[in-house]
Amino acid sequence: MLRLPEFSFVAARDIGEACALLAEAPKSTRLLAGGTDLLPNMKRRHQHAQRLVGLRAVANMRGIHGDSEMRVGAMTTLSTITRDAKLQRHWPGFVRAVQSISSPVLRTTGTIGGNLCLDTRCNYYNQSEEWRQAIGGCMKEAGDICWVAPSSPRCWAISASDSAPLLCAIGARVRLVSVRGERVIPVEQLFVDDGIVWLGKSDDEVLTEVLLPPVENTKATYWKLRRRGSIDFPVLGVGAALRMGAHGEVTHARIFLGAVSSAPLRAPESEAALLGQQLTEATVKAAGEAARGVAHALDNTDFTMLWRRQMTAVWVEGALRELGGLPPRAQMPETPLGAPAMSV
Amino acid sequence: METALKLNVNGEVRQVLAPANHSLLEVLRERCGLTGTKHGCELGECGACTVLLDGEPVLACLVLAVECEDRRVETVEGLSNGAALHPLQQAFADLGAAQCGYCTPGMLMTAKALLDSNPLASEMEVREALAGNLCRCTGYWKIVEAVQWAGRMSTGDMVPPQCLRERNAAGGCSHG
Amino acid sequence: MADTNKRKLIGTSFRRVDAVGKVSGRTQFADDLSFPRMVFMKLLRSPLPHAQIVSIDTSAAERAPGVVGVLTGSDVPVPFGILPVSHDEHALCPDKVRFVGDPVAAVAALTEEQAQAALALVRVEWKQLDTIADYDDALDASKDLIHTYGDDHNFHKKVSLRFGDPEAGFKQADLVLEDTMFFDGNTHLPLEQHATIAVPEGDGRVAVWSSTQTPHYLHKALTKVLGLPAPWIRVIALTNGGGFGGKSDPFNHEIAAAKMALNLGRPVKITLTREEVFQCHRGRHPTLMSIRTGFRKDGSMTAQHLKTLLDGGAYGSYGVASTYYTGALQTVTYNLPHYQFDGARVWTNKPPCGPKRGHGTPQPRFALEVQLDKAAHALGLDPAAMRLKQLQPKDSITANWLRVGSMGLGPCIEAVMRGSKWLERRNAMPPGRGLGIACSSYLSGAGLPINWNHMPHSGVQLKLDRSGGVAVFCGQTEIGQGSDSILAACVAEILGISLQEIRLCVADTDLTPVDLGSYSSRVTLMMGNAAVQAAERAREILARAAAEELKLPGANIVFADGRVFDAADPARGMSFAAAVQAAESRYGTIGTTGSYTPPRAPGRYRGAGVGPSPAYSYSACIVEVDVDPATGIVRVPDVWIAHDVGRALNPTLVAGQVEGSIYMGIGEALMEESAFRRLPEKLSSALVHKFPNMLEYKSPTFLDMPRVHTSIIEEPDANGPFGAKEVGQGPLLPVMPAVSNAIFHALGVRMDQVPIHPWMVFKALEEKRRGGVGRYGPKAFPAVDYGASLDVPTPAEGGDGKARNADDIGVRGGTMSETQRQSQEKPC
Ligand SMILES: Cc1cc2nc3c(=O)[nH]c(=O)nc-3n(C[C@H](O)[C@H](O)[C@H](O)COP(=O)(O)OP(=O)(O)OC[C@H]3O[C@@H](n4cnc5c(N)ncnc54)[C@H](O)[C@@H]3O)c2cc1C
Ligand code: SF4
Ligand code: FES
Ligand code: FES
Repeated sequence: MLRLPEFSFVAARDIGEACALLAEAPKSTRLLAGGTDLLPNMKRRHQHAQRLVGLRAVANMRGIHGDSEMRVGAMTTLSTITRDAKLQRHWPGFVRAVQSISSPVLRTTGTIGGNLCLDTRCNYYNQSEEWRQAIGGCMKEAGDICWVAPSSPRCWAISASDSAPLLCAIGARVRLVSVRGERVIPVEQLFVDDGIVWLGKSDDEVLTEVLLPPVENTKATYWKLRRRGSIDFPVLGVGAALRMGAHGEVTHARIFLGAVSSAPLRAPESEAALLGQQLTEATVKAAGEAARGVAHALDNTDFTMLWRRQMTAVWVEGALRELGGLPPRAQMPETPLGAPAMSV
Repeated sequence: METALKLNVNGEVRQVLAPANHSLLEVLRERCGLTGTKHGCELGECGACTVLLDGEPVLACLVLAVECEDRRVETVEGLSNGAALHPLQQAFADLGAAQCGYCTPGMLMTAKALLDSNPLASEMEVREALAGNLCRCTGYWKIVEAVQWAGRMSTGDMVPPQCLRERNAAGGCSHG
Repeated sequence: MADTNKRKLIGTSFRRVDAVGKVSGRTQFADDLSFPRMVFMKLLRSPLPHAQIVSIDTSAAERAPGVVGVLTGSDVPVPFGILPVSHDEHALCPDKVRFVGDPVAAVAALTEEQAQAALALVRVEWKQLDTIADYDDALDASKDLIHTYGDDHNFHKKVSLRFGDPEAGFKQADLVLEDTMFFDGNTHLPLEQHATIAVPEGDGRVAVWSSTQTPHYLHKALTKVLGLPAPWIRVIALTNGGGFGGKSDPFNHEIAAAKMALNLGRPVKITLTREEVFQCHRGRHPTLMSIRTGFRKDGSMTAQHLKTLLDGGAYGSYGVASTYYTGALQTVTYNLPHYQFDGARVWTNKPPCGPKRGHGTPQPRFALEVQLDKAAHALGLDPAAMRLKQLQPKDSITANWLRVGSMGLGPCIEAVMRGSKWLERRNAMPPGRGLGIACSSYLSGAGLPINWNHMPHSGVQLKLDRSGGVAVFCGQTEIGQGSDSILAACVAEILGISLQEIRLCVADTDLTPVDLGSYSSRVTLMMGNAAVQAAERAREILARAAAEELKLPGANIVFADGRVFDAADPARGMSFAAAVQAAESRYGTIGTTGSYTPPRAPGRYRGAGVGPSPAYSYSACIVEVDVDPATGIVRVPDVWIAHDVGRALNPTLVAGQVEGSIYMGIGEALMEESAFRRLPEKLSSALVHKFPNMLEYKSPTFLDMPRVHTSIIEEPDANGPFGAKEVGQGPLLPVMPAVSNAIFHALGVRMDQVPIHPWMVFKALEEKRRGGVGRYGPKAFPAVDYGASLDVPTPAEGGDGKARNADDIGVRGGTMSETQRQSQEKPC
């Protein structure tokens, strides 16, 4: 049985205590939210901590609040989000992104805060200690080379959070609190495009809540590419948010790609291809094509990197078609099978 | 360092000693002697270790036991009422939903959580709810049938499984 | 005696005898057991793919906290292996490691954590050898050898067999197709990770409780390595949490645990991690194939030349048998008058391949069924009708001397055609949708045992109690397939009692008569026959006693509903218990035995031992696909499958095996793959499994499972108990080619390779758009010298089953020492 290394555990009672405990030893302490990312990583000994600070008991980090500007506590479980009627109404794209995370039995435990702070992933890294010894380790952990791009000076582990691209696209913000004070930053600033230092927050900061903007007339969606109908991390995610003017022309566009770099990656060329245009066969196709060059998928997930790059165009187009009400050209593989067809 | 934990498992309160780094899975199997809960990966990838925590299905391999104090833990051992099988257990037994039986405890617990809130779950709802539980033996359809049948039995709808299959307009599988 | 038409249990979907245990968490799997004073063992495994062990120092580990025992290769120097021809494994490698994961030391400690921690203190000095990663490396004569036995260089085994005159056959053909195809490796992934507990018993004896499909062979391996008298070793197979062939070799952790327990005098437990399960492997061999077949205008085959090249991994395992199996069953579905088979297996520095569901036959079956589809297309024929026209007749002998008995493939094909509305729908599919058909056949147990001898393959012993209970003893192993239930039902049926009266004692080498194990789909047929024989013998004894008791000499005594009575006057009878008492008063304690040995096969050439079976099952499968041309993603909404099981002893169990096979087949067709990572050669010699975990090794979820429409076809076979044949493996085989054929039907691109990843379809579509053929598959088959062929005249040519040329060795003739030597060529 894979087991956890030794550590001590403290349950924080409120945000202040969590911050204080973290501030005592920010390098050797880690926050434990749902644990669905941290605990597997610790079992495989690629993330370490002497002390875990549990956030479960921190009451004011849970729950979904507000009306026009909704706030989601960082400790809100993913399944709470998927069940929330108001969120379903206001931000169905967000709910869909969260619904696509792993599997139902994991979403009861995993939290939105943990999802945003998720470690970057790479299939040279998300392996047991013995496996990593067999390849001599890599730059992200106890090695000096990146096996994905051996001549590269950096780590290309990918940002695999499903909620991040969508939250970036809709312009959500997060509240970060530490003993030094608190700040609110856009979700996109939470990330750094570096596989090793992937969070733009300091080690002593606690992410306490996610602040969603007013919906106004924003339409947003999330398209995820993965192998199976459940469990799998994204190998490509597209978060897209658009606002349309009186004549259906796009007045505001934000498109973010997930799982193709170490941070959610903005696709400005795709956005530019849409601004001022109506969503037509031609414009959505052009926007899709424009995304192809943005994504530099590498060989460190399921599927081949070339195909993932090719799929970027299809997926961006797919998301835009959905937002523009155009008939689908591609189907998400995760759409469950089972068109009624019995005929024996 | 082991600490004393007070756990409520299947309605029985027990005091166990366990270190902070023990998962609920380890404590149930190795400290409580409740080996009904299985494990296939210990990384959240297979669903074999699913138990209920305050009524919700969770992966026991990814939950620290210390975080389960004062919460209700339910395992497969607590599913039957004394010697009387839970409708889910009966349905799994009668419809061939358990072959090697190794995924079964996890399947049963996930299914119980579903039926507790939605006894008349549709075929698609069952498949979605159980999508984090892998089974290598059955091909899943007999499990879907068993869950639906159990839910209907418990609401007094004594529909025989064959009719259930037909009623699911597209019936998951059929024997012609 | 009993009326065969009025069966109470057989033929009904009675509840499995192990069902309640399994749904209540009471069934004990190996890892659920614990014993007083038990310690925990972990294995130190090689981080290198290929290296010499220069030195090994365990002194620091021995002093580590909690450590009670350490073993290295010198403690267990005797080699073992499943086949007598390849005893090439060690419990702990003495001098050399051959793949990442090969064990070199074992540490036992008070806790598993302590054992794990101590592993890090073992110091090993290595001398690295060339990494043999793939076919190219293996065929490169300048590279280091993985083993010093086998055929030339890094070839483990080469086989070449010629039946009839293939060249003459090709001359008669109107169309000759030649294809190169590749079937990638995949693994069983049983949900339960292997576990073993070795418990010292009495004076120097040891009991080994293990999740194994083959307690009998584990017993043999333990006897050899431990050097103890066989009766001192007891192997108990627990109910397996899935096997699929992955637990049918004796494994090094099982042997190391036994040795450790004997050394320490206390119970030793080892439970593998999921990654270690991937390292045990014994999964599907990656197989490159070249298939050349001649067809007449009506689609019938005139000749075939099949070449296979298996990537065997680091050890022999079942590999010699696997190699033969890639050629053996090409002949049992459709008439094939002339046939040449060349097969070879190479060593590579990867976990050893072995028997996975279908053992060696899914790969060539894929090649054959896809090529048939190509022929149908080229000849303008309906692929289903074309198959129907050339079925191998029942009660016939094939070109390679396999005896086919019952043969229900025709009704199978008709059933799936009807079910899928093949004729109506096939020419009216919406874009991206397609229907593909493929068929297959599988053994109901191998005709020969792994260790050559004349003894039965399965034995059953009954003990009848004066209470009316019947205890059934049999070495068979429940791995989920329902063998416990079949064993109990066969006995209960014959004795007319209910399952409640049956107590099973199974898979315990001390207490139960040998059954060879749960592999090659042999259990229902072989154990079933043995059980029926034992029960019939008991029935005879009871009937005699009952007739005397009833003063009805010569009466037709019937056993039913827990009673024993006169057929002519059912009121005249007694309870089953009373009949046992009547018998016991007359003859003393009542016990009977039954056993089963398969019939002799007609082939007499070297290699004829692989392929014969008492009965062949047949399956036909139609798969519907929905392929997205924008992405190449293939979804499978529906599968129609018809399986000729001879006789469905329990239709729910049969359907369960069928649906489970479809599940695994869909996985193999579309996602499951044992992929390996070879780091850039200039920088590293590393060769690792790309993703030895359940997240990245893709096993389909509830949402990926197609609808399955099952038809159970019953063509009873005279050799099967109540007519039954196998169902556990056969229905998997046609799925992969049917998916490939359906993709062609949907979009006109050929997938000559599995698994079929979306990028492959995408690439083929792009190629087709650019005017190419639109195919994804291997480009070429390497030049392999298979050596001279054994030249075996076919039955149609008036052959006698022997080879014409000098190599020929009769199968059963000769002295015992000769047969022993030959047995090396006739593994299972
Ligand atoms: C099999 C499997 C499949 C998965 N599939 C997906 C998937 O498809 N998509 C996906 O996005 N994710 C997936 N995940 C990853 C993970 O389960 C989810 O991202 C989940 O939301 C993480 O939340 P958590 O609360 O469990 O995080 P934790 O593991 O508790 O925390 C993750 C990290 O964030 C830090 N952290 C947590 N909360 C805070 C906070 N409030 N402030 C500051 N730091 C914090 C922790 O210290 C830790 O480093 C999968 C995981 C597994 C095991
Ligand atoms: S991207 Fe390179 S450095 Fe980063 S985890 Fe993967 S192999 Fe290691
Ligand atoms: S053991 Fe596999 S999910 Fe917990
Ligand atoms: S019944 Fe064997 S894994 Fe589900």
